[in-house]
Formats: sequence, C-alpha cells, structure tokens
Amino acid sequence: MIKDYFKLSLKTLAHRKLRSWLTMIGIFIGIAAVVALVSLGEGLRSAINAQFGFLGTDVLAVMASGGLGIPGIGTVNPLTDNELDAIKEIPGVKGAAGRIQESVKLVFNKKATFSYAISIPDGDDRKVIEHVFNMNAQKGRLLKDGDKKVVFLGSMFFEEGNAFGKAVVPGSKVEIQGREFKVIGIMEKKGNARIDSAVFMNEDDLRNLVDRPKGEYDVIGVRFDENADVNKIKEDIEKNLRKIRDVKEGEEDFSVQTPAQILARVNDVLRGVQIFVYIIAAISILVGGIGIMNTMYTAVVERTKDVGIMKAIGAKNSSIFLLFFVESGLLGSAGGIMGSIFGFLTATGLAFVGRLALGTSMISAHITFQLIIGSILFAFIVGSFFGTLPAVRASKLNPVDAIRKIK
Amino acid sequence: MKFKKIIELVNVWKTYQVGAVEVNALRGINFSVKKGEFVAIQGPSGSGKSTAMHLIGCLDLPTKGKVYLEGKDISCMSESLLAQIRGKKVGFVFQQFNLIQNLTALENVALPMIFQGVNEKERIKKARNLLELVELGDRVNHYPNQLSGGEQQRVAIARALANDPDIILADEPTGNLDSKAGKEIIDILFTLHKKEKKTIVMVTHDNRLAKYAHRIVHIKDGKVIRGE
Ligand SMILES: Nc1ncnc2c1ncn2[C@@H]1O[C@H](COP(=O)(O)OP(=O)(O)O)[C@@H](O)[C@H]1O
Ligand SMILES: [Mg+2]
Repeated sequence: MIKDYFKLSLKTLAHRKLRSWLTMIGIFIGIAAVVALVSLGEGLRSAINAQFGFLGTDVLAVMASGGLGIPGIGTVNPLTDNELDAIKEIPGVKGAAGRIQESVKLVFNKKATFSYAISIPDGDDRKVIEHVFNMNAQKGRLLKDGDKKVVFLGSMFFEEGNAFGKAVVPGSKVEIQGREFKVIGIMEKKGNARIDSAVFMNEDDLRNLVDRPKGEYDVIGVRFDENADVNKIKEDIEKNLRKIRDVKEGEEDFSVQTPAQILARVNDVLRGVQIFVYIIAAISILVGGIGIMNTMYTAVVERTKDVGIMKAIGAKNSSIFLLFFVESGLLGSAGGIMGSIFGFLTATGLAFVGRLALGTSMISAHITFQLIIGSILFAFIVGSFFGTLPAVRASKLNPVDAIRKIK
Repeated sequence: MKFKKIIELVNVWKTYQVGAVEVNALRGINFSVKKGEFVAIQGPSGSGKSTAMHLIGCLDLPTKGKVYLEGKDISCMSESLLAQIRGKKVGFVFQQFNLIQNLTALENVALPMIFQGVNEKERIKKARNLLELVELGDRVNHYPNQLSGGEQQRVAIARALANDPDIILADEPTGNLDSKAGKEIIDILFTLHKKEKKTIVMVTHDNRLAKYAHRIVHIKDGKVIRGE
C-alpha cells in the first residue's frame, strides 16, 4: 500500500521543475559536509588510534636518547636501575618496569625476517609491562616468571600471509638469532604495526641472546594513578633524571612521552571540529528543511486541482496527506543521496590531496555504510518533517473548491 | 427492485459564503435517481447543476436537508467513509476531463484503484481492459497533453469505471468537445447504461444529447422546476 504512494510520489517528483530541486541545496550541503568531515575525522582518528590507541591513559614511557621515537637505536647512554628506582619513588607512580628492545632475526618455515624483540621483567614489574601494552593472549598464554626459551608473539605472526608464508601457532619452534625458541602465545591484534610484529621474551633470555648487561634499559614503562596529574609526574621524572644523569634542562639525553595524552588532545581537537561541522550542517539542514517546506506549500497550491480530483475519485484525507508527506521525504532524501555522494567524493579527494601534500599515509577517509545510510535516512526524516504542515494543508482542502480551481 | 432509489436529495439547501454575501446555490431541491436510470439534468448556467452533482456524488455535504445514498444518510458519515463510498460507488466525469497531467492514461485509470487498495498487477490489468473498452488500447502510455480532448474524456470515463461504480455522474461531459467527439462520448455512456446497467446522471446543455435519457430534470435557481 505505502509502496504505491512512494511510486506515485516518485512520478510526481520526476515531473518537478528545476526550481523545486534547488530548494534542497541546504540539505545537500548539510549532508555533504557531515559525510565529508565525519569520514575524514574518523579516518584520522582511527589512524591515530592505531598508532597510539593500544596504550592506556594511565601510562607513560621514559626513553633513553633524545626521544626520536625509535628506542634502542643510537642509545648512547642507557637508562639504569638508578633511574628505575627513582621513578618508582615518585608520588602518583604505581609501578615502573625497564625493558630493552633489540632488532632480531627470526627464521621459521625456512624463511627469515627481522623484527623487534622486547624484554619482559620478572616479578611485579611484569604486571606493569603487561598493563602498558595491554597484553592479552588470543592464543596460548602470556609469559610468566621462570619461562625459558619461550616467546610471546605479536598477532602478525599468527596471520596467514606473514613474512614466513605460514602462520606461527603456539607450540611452533622459531629460530631467533640462531637459537631455537618455543612459541607460548599470540597477542591480541592492536592495530599498531610495530607492536603487532613484536617478539616478547623474558628479560634473561633476551639479555643472553643479544648480550646486553643487566641493569640497563632502553625504555622504562611507567604506570601511574589515573587521578594523578600527568604533567606533574612528568616534571618530577624529568627533574629526578636530570639530577641522576647530570644533565641540564634543555639538554636531556632522555625523554618522557605520554602518547595517550597526545591522542586525547588530538581527539579533543577532532571532536571540536566535528561539533563545529555538526552545527554548520544542522543550520544548513534547517535552512534546507524550510526550503522543502516552502516548495511543498507551493506544490500544494499548484496541485490543488489534482488534490480535488483525487478526492473525487476516492482519496481520503489521509491518502492525500501521505502522498505529500512521502513526496517531501523523498525530496529530502534526494538531497541526502546527492549530498552523500558529493561528501564521499570530497572526502576521498581531500584525503588523496592530503596524502600527496603531507607525504603521509595517515590521512584517509573512513566512510562507513552506516554513515551513508544514516545520512540519507536523516534527510528523509528532515524532508518529511518539514513536509508535514504542507501535507496537512493539502489533505484538508475542500474537494469541491479544489476541483473548481482553474489552472 | 429495478427502480429502487439509489440516491435521494430531500429539501436540500447549499449556501456558499462569499465574503459578507450568502449565495444559495441550491434552495430546497428535491430530487431522486433510481437504480439503472439514465437521467439528464438541464438548466441555465449558475442554476446549481454542478452543486447538485457534487452532493449526489458525496463530494460535498448539504447546508440543510438530507442526502440519502441507498437509503443511508450521508451527512453523518465520516470523511474517510465518504471518500471510500465515493471511490467505490461513484464515478465522476467532468467537463474539463480533469486527468492528472503527470500520469499516463493507464496510470490515471489505475489511480482510483490505488485508493481502494487494489494490488498493482490487478490495477494494470483492469486499467488496460477499461482503456480498450473506450478504444484507447493503443494510447495507454500517452500523457494527457498527448491526447485529443475526446481521447482525454474517454480516459476519464475509463477512470470513472475503475472501481465498478453503480452510478456515473457526468457534468457536461461534452461541453469542451466538438460535436463528433461529443457524440462518441454519449455513445459510450449510453452503451454503459444499456449493457452494463449503470445508473447515469448527466448534466448537458445539448438537447440532442438529452433525448438519450429516460428523464430530463430541469433546474432553475437551485430548484427543480420540471421532471422531478
Ligand atoms: N465554492 C463556491 N463559492 C461561492 N459560490 C459558489 C461556489 N460554488 C458555486 N457557487 C455559486 O453557486 C451557484 C451554482 O453554481 P453551479 O452549481 O456551479 O451552477 P451550474 O453548474 O448550474 O452552472 C452559482 O451562482 C455559483 O456562483
Ligand atoms: Mg456547472
């Protein structure tokens, strides 16, 4: 039944003058803006989240060297137990754990690849590292104290089509730096390439393997009280370490990084931009809705005679209402569909230009089916909402007067 | 049974308010049509013929007096019930054809069936048959502006027949047509009356057409003056 009304409205729309199509430009712009900016924002957000998002908001990292973000490389002056103990004493710090990170060669299925090995300490410090990486096993189990010659691998090794051409599973034997290790577990996927391709092993194993002395670290992971002031903790750590390492402010050979906070700030900015866009979009959709209302009122006047005729041949008030209501909704969704397409093209285009200009693969448009369907549905609702009053007016027309109208 | 009253107007008044002035389009008209009759209504312009037709077709309600459709008072019926009755029992044919310009001949004929909830397949089949009946089987996909006046009026008749109404109301159906096209329309209506036993009420100025009818009712100043 309602299907017939949609068809009838579509026929009427097909015969509409260009003028009436122009009135939905507001809906068009609103939906295009929403689709373009939401998808770009989401693309950026998910790219950033993949980089840092696996980290909790209550952790930070202290790195030896100038903090180029590549720990372990070019480490001149590694961190030591002195720094580690000092950090543990800082108020607000719940725990700290040192680790070394080394590039290692892995062989499996007669194929070799290079990857990062990350050490995990024994005892309470193990908990800290597990928390920092938010470590969970999707297969097998986590490492534990006393494990020897075993490794816990990032999720990439578990995937078919990895560098070995064969999935590594718990129980597999992998050769690392010429020595054999047994795989004990596979970590959940984090979406961060470095972590997903990391090799975790107990500290003693890794020190033996790469010949690093006890008591020196590349990175110290810190877990702090969620309610603590991060900046204060960061300052305290910096102050302490400057003293221990005897460096002046501004000449530090270490860095304190709080990626989760950077992420939070980026997210805040993105959210701000998105709210701004939503407001602009809401205004233009409102204008568009009023445009639709206007053209529907015009349509009611123009088609008064048609309404009279339809009533004469048996249309109820409710049928007439439905006809105009649906037509107005379709007008809105036409704006929504075109807006979505335009928004889609704009987002993909901007992302492409952005990638070229900034030379980063981080910028991409993240367009979801839900976003598109939601936008079109919303445009339909806006259209029919603003068409309600005109449709009521049409339905209340007196048939005799309507028919008498000379067109 | 054959001459049962299908429609009856009893002392009906219709008053229009035009600004401060009241216009009495009908002044206590008494008039009835029996099932299977072919009635012609004649009268000068402005005498209230169209107004009477609208009341007969349940398109409007009287200001005073009663209108009975098959013995039932229509004035206390709801808007949606009236629309339903109108769609099912009455078929209107107007002087200006009154087709929907955006719809093809076929869609125009099928339209009344949409309002009765007939499914699409059945609608199209029926509409085609009706267009063939009025000899427009080769014009189904034409839009009204691609049809001559006579053809448009034939489409309108096909549309009036869509829901198998008991009664067909034709208000000056030949008024906008030349005499040849007008004759064709009358022939169709007469055939419908003869073969399909439709009740037909037709307003016409043309005395040659009026003589097809069983009965001619003359209206003047909103009252029946002859032929009641
Ligand atoms: N909607 C209306 N408002 C005001 N006056 C009307 C209206 N409809 C009809 N009339 C008046 O009622 C009278 C009868 O009109 P009508 O029934 O159309 O006459 P006819 O069809 O016999 O020419 C005329 O005087 C006309 O001006
Ligand atoms: Mg008239």
